[in-house]
Amino acid sequence: MAELKTTIKHKKIMAKEEFCAGCRLCEVHCVLAHSKYRNDIVKAFKKIYPRPLPRIIVEEQKPISFGIQCRHCEDPACVKACITGAMSKDPETGIVTNDENRCIGCWTCMMSCPYGVIVQDVKGGHIASKCDFCIDNGMDPACVKNCPNEALFVVDQE
Amino acid sequence: MAIDMTFPEFQIERDRDKCIDCQVCARQCSNQAHFYDEEEGIVVSDDSKCVNCLRCVTLCPTKALTIKKHDMEFKLNANWNETAIKEIYKQAATGGMLLTGMGNDRNYPIFWDHILLNASQVTNPSIDPLREPIELKTFLGSKPERVLIENGRLAEPLPPQLELEIPVMFSAMSFGSISLNACKTLAMTASAIGTMYNTGEGGLHKDLYKYGKNTIVQVASGRFGVHPEYLNAGAAIEIKMGQGAKPGIGGHLPGEKVGAEVSSTRMIPLGTDAISPAPHHDIYSIEDLKQLIYALKEATEYRKPVSVKIAAVHNIAAICSGIARAGADIIAIDGYRGGTGSAPTRIRDNVGIPIELALAAVDSRLREEGIRNRVSLVCGGSIRNSADIIKAVALGADAVYVASAALIAMGCHMCQKCYTGKCNWGIATQDPNLVKRLNPEIGTRRLKNLLNAWSHEMKEMLGGMGINAIESLRGNRLMLRGIGLMDNELRVLGIKAAGE
Repeated sequence: MAELKTTIKHKKIMAKEEFCAGCRLCEVHCVLAHSKYRNDIVKAFKKIYPRPLPRIIVEEQKPISFGIQCRHCEDPACVKACITGAMSKDPETGIVTNDENRCIGCWTCMMSCPYGVIVQDVKGGHIASKCDFCIDNGMDPACVKNCPNEALFVVDQE
Repeated sequence: MAIDMTFPEFQIERDRDKCIDCQVCARQCSNQAHFYDEEEGIVVSDDSKCVNCLRCVTLCPTKALTIKKHDMEFKLNANWNETAIKEIYKQAATGGMLLTGMGNDRNYPIFWDHILLNASQVTNPSIDPLREPIELKTFLGSKPERVLIENGRLAEPLPPQLELEIPVMFSAMSFGSISLNACKTLAMTASAIGTMYNTGEGGLHKDLYKYGKNTIVQVASGRFGVHPEYLNAGAAIEIKMGQGAKPGIGGHLPGEKVGAEVSSTRMIPLGTDAISPAPHHDIYSIEDLKQLIYALKEATEYRKPVSVKIAAVHNIAAICSGIARAGADIIAIDGYRGGTGSAPTRIRDNVGIPIELALAAVDSRLREEGIRNRVSLVCGGSIRNSADIIKAVALGADAVYVASAALIAMGCHMCQKCYTGKCNWGIATQDPNLVKRLNPEIGTRRLKNLLNAWSHEMKEMLGGMGINAIESLRGNRLMLRGIGLMDNELRVLGIKAAGE
């Protein structure tokens, strides 16, 4: 590459596979963080139908397990693939988010995602569902905060 | 199968208003006490499988679970109580010895709780540890009768010493009885704090050699994992003659726990039972013990202190006198409340004597014989807090061993099911699905916190007594008074009654 790209912040949530207990509390807290009852798990799970999907996926083949979610790629394939411009990467934070008002549920992003971390939210508005790094919560991801074994952590890359 | 005559020990109460059926409990229970009923779409529980380890309760995101002693009762009977009846049912069904884990849980007197500490008032000043330094540093090893000094320096070398920043070490727990992550937590903490952990009879895993400066390597009756490199890897060597939880009994690590790593560390075939004989087959006398002590000293060129660990039994004082004369640098005494990964229930609950009495008896005897300087005394067997340590030191201990307390700091909830290998906290298990639940980084942080908190408390107690170094408290039984004790107990403890 002839030109140097301007580097932007690149944050990622990573997993320590060797300490993931496979409890899936990350999924529970992800659902809570993306529900309208942020401080009440019971209501978030019992009063919202359809219940929001967790945006972290726990992959498991015992004894191996780990949580994986959007890598917020430097050059995201999903953003390029999105036909409506719903998927975008914030130039400042580097976070890739899906604008659910513009998403039409064509699933092109899903097909282009090399990590398979975008899921179909069919019941909840026919949209693509993915990790938004808890951007509405000061980029303090609920999955990382609530992992009982500190198996999830945030990496800051320049 | 004929009917099971018993009823569950615990009952699981699930608050249906709070339960969100997230299945965290079902995923975490290694006993399958919780499971997901797909047809109904709800999580349900089976009381009979619950061991009350509280893993599910701790992780439940909505705190929907409560575990209680089962409401069901036999007709009240002070003699034939529930435990007595249930043990008979169990043995009638299986024909086996009863097994248990952790330390003796019977309602015997706890002498620590009948001993009170002194504090300075008016006639001597107390010391504020926030303003003045208070020393906890401890050296373990044989001390010479006298020191020769020439030009301000020692003219003769001292026997090898272990230098501890605090008089607390982690007692022997083998890799096999506990997980590698638990061993790593102990090793990392000992290294960070400046004290020792002990390999137990499990050998030294290759990942743990780097913590050698803070390791006591153990040689026990099965000689598992013992080779020259191992002996020289640690800071000291301990010969294990006995264990407080099971005096007179050997050890048995079942083959299921002997995976690839345990097998190579112990130097035994994969999947075979690791059986430690009850006695050392080469030690039938003090003279035989002396041979092993000196064989180990030869193997390490007299550079490492050799400790001998024994269970507190009836003639403990005379035995320790013999051990001191046999050339041991350290004697570790393990009281009858000492923990274990597995012991026959009858042995654990009925054999041995309390560490408080044993320690006092040994210290008195060695002083009477004028050989107290030859050995350091370490006591273990249910040291629960910093006050127990201060009382132990005042009774004559140079340092204490803790193990149960360390495991509790890592997450152990004392369910006493270590022997099943299904520890839900990743401690007493070799199941890779469970071992990964213990993150040594978290464990080390918690264990360091515990020891630092204890250090602060010990300094406060010392300062209150007007003492600025733990050395000055050692064997200072005038700082102790007994409460609610009988004359013969006070005599053995060598302390006065409160008010005297």
